[in-house]
Parts: sequence; C-alpha cells; structure tokens
Amino acid sequence: MAENNIKVMAASGDQMVAEAFRQANPDVLPVYPITPQTIIVEEFDRFVAEGRIHTEFVPVESEHSAMAAAIGASAAGARTITATASQGLAYMWEELYVAAGMRLPIVMANANRALSAPINIHGDHSDIMGCRDSGWIMLFAENAQEAYDDTLISFRVAEHPDVMLPVATTLDGFITSHALDRAELMDDEVVAKFVGEYKPERSLLDTDDPVSYGMFANLGNFYMENKLAQRKAMDASMKVLQEVGDEWEQISGRPFEMVKTFGMEDAERVIVVIGSSIGNARHVARILRERGEKVGVVGLRVFRPFPAEQLVNALKGAKAVAILDRTESFGGEGGPLWAETVAALTKAGVDVPCRNYIYGLGGADVTVELLEGIYEDLKELPAQAAKHEIPAVAYRGNRS
Amino acid sequence: MQKLTEIRWHARAGQGAVTASRLVAETAMDDGMYMQAMPEYGAERQGAPLKAYTRISPDPIEIHNNILHPSIVIVLDDTLLPDIDVCEGITEDGLLLVNTRMDADEVREVAINVPASIDVKTVDASNIAVNTIGRDIPNTPIAGALAKVTDVINVDSLKKYVEKSFSEKFSEKIVAGNLASIDRAYEEVH
Repeated sequence: MAENNIKVMAASGDQMVAEAFRQANPDVLPVYPITPQTIIVEEFDRFVAEGRIHTEFVPVESEHSAMAAAIGASAAGARTITATASQGLAYMWEELYVAAGMRLPIVMANANRALSAPINIHGDHSDIMGCRDSGWIMLFAENAQEAYDDTLISFRVAEHPDVMLPVATTLDGFITSHALDRAELMDDEVVAKFVGEYKPERSLLDTDDPVSYGMFANLGNFYMENKLAQRKAMDASMKVLQEVGDEWEQISGRPFEMVKTFGMEDAERVIVVIGSSIGNARHVARILRERGEKVGVVGLRVFRPFPAEQLVNALKGAKAVAILDRTESFGGEGGPLWAETVAALTKAGVDVPCRNYIYGLGGADVTVELLEGIYEDLKELPAQAAKHEIPAVAYRGNRS
Repeated sequence: MQKLTEIRWHARAGQGAVTASRLVAETAMDDGMYMQAMPEYGAERQGAPLKAYTRISPDPIEIHNNILHPSIVIVLDDTLLPDIDVCEGITEDGLLLVNTRMDADEVREVAINVPASIDVKTVDASNIAVNTIGRDIPNTPIAGALAKVTDVINVDSLKKYVEKSFSEKFSEKIVAGNLASIDRAYEEVH
C-alpha cells in the first residue's frame, strides 16, 4: 500500500467533496451551477483547468440537461458525477427516476437547500427528501469530513455489481457546504486504490455485446419486475455500504456508522435527527448529560436504504423520542424521518412514544435553546402517550 | 468542551471580517486546534453590516449554529456601535475588542449596551493598516491585537501563518506590511 500522507485541511464541505471527486478520477462531469453546491464545481473546474485531472467537463444549459447528459455518459460506460441543489435538483426530477431505473451508478453531490417559494438559498432537506422515492441511495454528511468520506464511499457502492444504483452524497447547504471546517484529506494514491477503476459489465458503446437501456416495458413487459429488481438492489446496498464503509475505516481510521448514537447506553429521552444537526444535538446532549440528565442522540448518516434495524436497536431502551425533520410533508402525519422511524418501530414491535418536530427550514438557526426545549418537552411525552394525547407535529425555531 | 471559544465579528462588508474570521481559525488549527469559521450569509453589499463567526476548541466542534453567546466580540467598524447591539448575548466575563480611535471608556459610552462585567479593549487598527499595509484593511492588525489580549491565538503562530499563506498570493512588500501591522497592533492595543 502507498504511504498514506494525510493532509489536515482547513476547508469547506464543498471543497472536501471537490477533492473527493478529483481523487475518484471520474470520466465525465456534466453540470449546471447553483448555490450552495457552487464551490464543488468551481474547485473541480480549477482542477481540470490546471490539468490535474482529465475529466470531460460539460457545462450544460440546465440541471435537467445535466442529469440527461449524466445518464447518457453513464450508460456509455463512463464514471459520471454531477452536483446540484434545491431548484436544480427539482428541475432534474424526471431524470432522477430514469437514472435509477436504468441502474446507472452516477454519483451526485447535493448541497441540501430549501425550495421556493419564498426564495431561500439556505440549508434544509426539502430538496433531497423530495426525491427519496426516486431510487437513489441517499447519504447525509454531518460535517466536512463526512462529506469527503461519504463521497468516496459512494463510488464503490454505486458501482458494486450487487447494487448498480445512483448515489446522492449530500451535505447541508451553507452550514456544511460553506463553513470552514477541519478535515483530513487522504493520499491520492491510497484513495485511487480504494475507489478503483470502474469497469462496467455492460455499456452502450460495447459493440461486441450490444445492449439497450430504458426500453419500453408496458403491461406484461416486465415493468413490475424492473421495479422489484430496483428494490432488491437497494436492499442489497445496505450490506455493501457497511462493507465499503468498514474498508474505508481501515484506511482512514474513521468508522462508517449508518446510525450514530450518543448516550444511548442509558438515555431515556432521545432526539432522532439527520444531517448537520446531529452535531448540534450531540453538543446539547453532552451539556445535559453533564448535569445528570439521561438524554441521547440517534443520528442517521444513511436515509436510503433506510437503516431500520440499527435504528430500532438504538431506540429499544428509550422512554420518549423526538424525531426532527428539516423538511415538510404538508398534510401528512409527520415528516419523512418521522414516518420511516415510526414504521420501523411499529414493525419491530417496539412501543415507545414518538413526537415529530419540524425545524430549521430555510436555514433557520438550530440553537442550543431549541434543542434543550425539545428534550424538556420529552419529559411530558410518556404521560401524554398514556392518555393517547401525543401532540401533533410541531414547528420549532419559528416566530410565533 | 469547556474550552470551546466562540468569537463573533461585526463589520461592514469589504473590511475583511470574513477573511479575519478564517485567519484566526486557521492560525489556531496550525497549532493543533479544531476550528470553524463562517459568515452569516446575507445580501452582499459593500458597506452593509455583517456578522462572522469563529469557533476554536481543543476537541472536535460539533455545534454548527450562529454564535449567540460569544465570549469575544470583535468590531471592525466603530460606526456600528450606536446602531447594533454588538454585545448582545456576550458571556459575563467576555471581551469586546474594537477597531477605533476611542478608548475603552468612550466605547462604553457610545455602544448600545456594554455590560459592566466585560472587558473592553481598543486599537486603531485602521490607522495601523494604512501606515503599514497602505490601505484601510484592519483585519490583519486586529488579529494581532487579539493575540495580545487573549490566549486564543499565539502571535508568533499568527505571523507564521500570515507569512505562509499571504506569500502565495501577495508581493513581499504586502506580506511585510501585514506582519508589521500585527506587531504594531500587538503593541498598541489597550
């Protein structure tokens, strides 16, 4: 193995994603710029201009075209990446399903951001959570280091023969994408060896073994079977994610845990959360635990596939659970993290009262006081549940 | 975690507060600390009031929100003092460091609300910058002043970092001017 020269960087999450993209040596990057993924593509473009990498950089005229071009490139057998956010991801919509249905291992970075209207450029999960049913694997980085690690892991998972699915490697807009953070950059050669070369089993340009992609599959023509195959691939990706994550741990020393827990050895009141706010919750739980309060945090790094088993195991001893969604599901019983968590607990027969909160929309600040307030609320939850009076989904951090 | 230091910067866009927030963070990182630096992203207009943040800690920093209870507040433009409550949320034993010709007592008079329990230090960083760098960019000298009045960063580490990072982008003369501005602010802050 090459010597691992680790470089400690003062870098934003976007910069770390750009470095990971560079080290993965992709063949094609079709892209259209949008805040707050901007730095990713700016940096990558600089690498191309400096001749440090020979990726085909294709500036297209829209995000819809970016994903269409990515689909073409990936079907042709190229290791393909792109990056987007917010309205850009929304504009890719129909193409996201095509990429997944055609089983193309595209890796896309998304700097999670609010959706219009009103216009807002800041971080929340409205964009990425909206495409949770599109068939993409979805990773959520807590900080710049995880954004880097997740991006590298993504290639191995996407391109694994048991998986062959696109991966969205995401980081929270501005909070993680733009803030200066400390992160370790691994040696180029070590990473190149870890990520490996992409050798597609089939490709459109293989004239010796011609294939078609995205064929007509109307009634009786294997549409259901295609969808079932996608579900099976997504299920299989769970094991692959962990294996690849463990392999990366051997190299980096940083564990890859799909469900990260804090204080769960004895925690009674627990916050379940995803993205950068896992750190905020851990910070607050640490303070409260020093005062002797039995509180904990369960943070998800992976949302698709949903790590139900690990999540349920983590929550088994809890007495009251707050599930925090940084997105809306208007008219629903709760946000997407709430719905998945409650379904997983119910299926496993774990009876613990859960309450849903909507927070941090449009980058609204996630303060210590906000999280302390939620832990405080949870003291009442078991009694409320006993009377079948669990409060409905509630907003936190807004002006009343 | 007790050793987490939170700094809030108040300035007008164009004065280099964002650069300063990073300069202090990266200096601390070179000394083995964890750090965070970010501006409050809003409309970017020259002269508009803005806030930026720096966090420094010996342990990994997990919290990501805006800094509401800083132990150090740094003001790069004293015309903000009558308009913005720069000390809002400052910790009881906090420090207010201002780029100004005024002395500490005058700052307490002009500013909206300076708690009696906090320390106030001033330095004419703009004047120092004009005389050493040749332009009113008070961000480098104010970092030198910070190194004097707190132990958040070390002045030698700051100079080492400035020399290393500025040399990549600027002429020898500008680098020398910046280093001189640090020395002068370190001496003159009171």
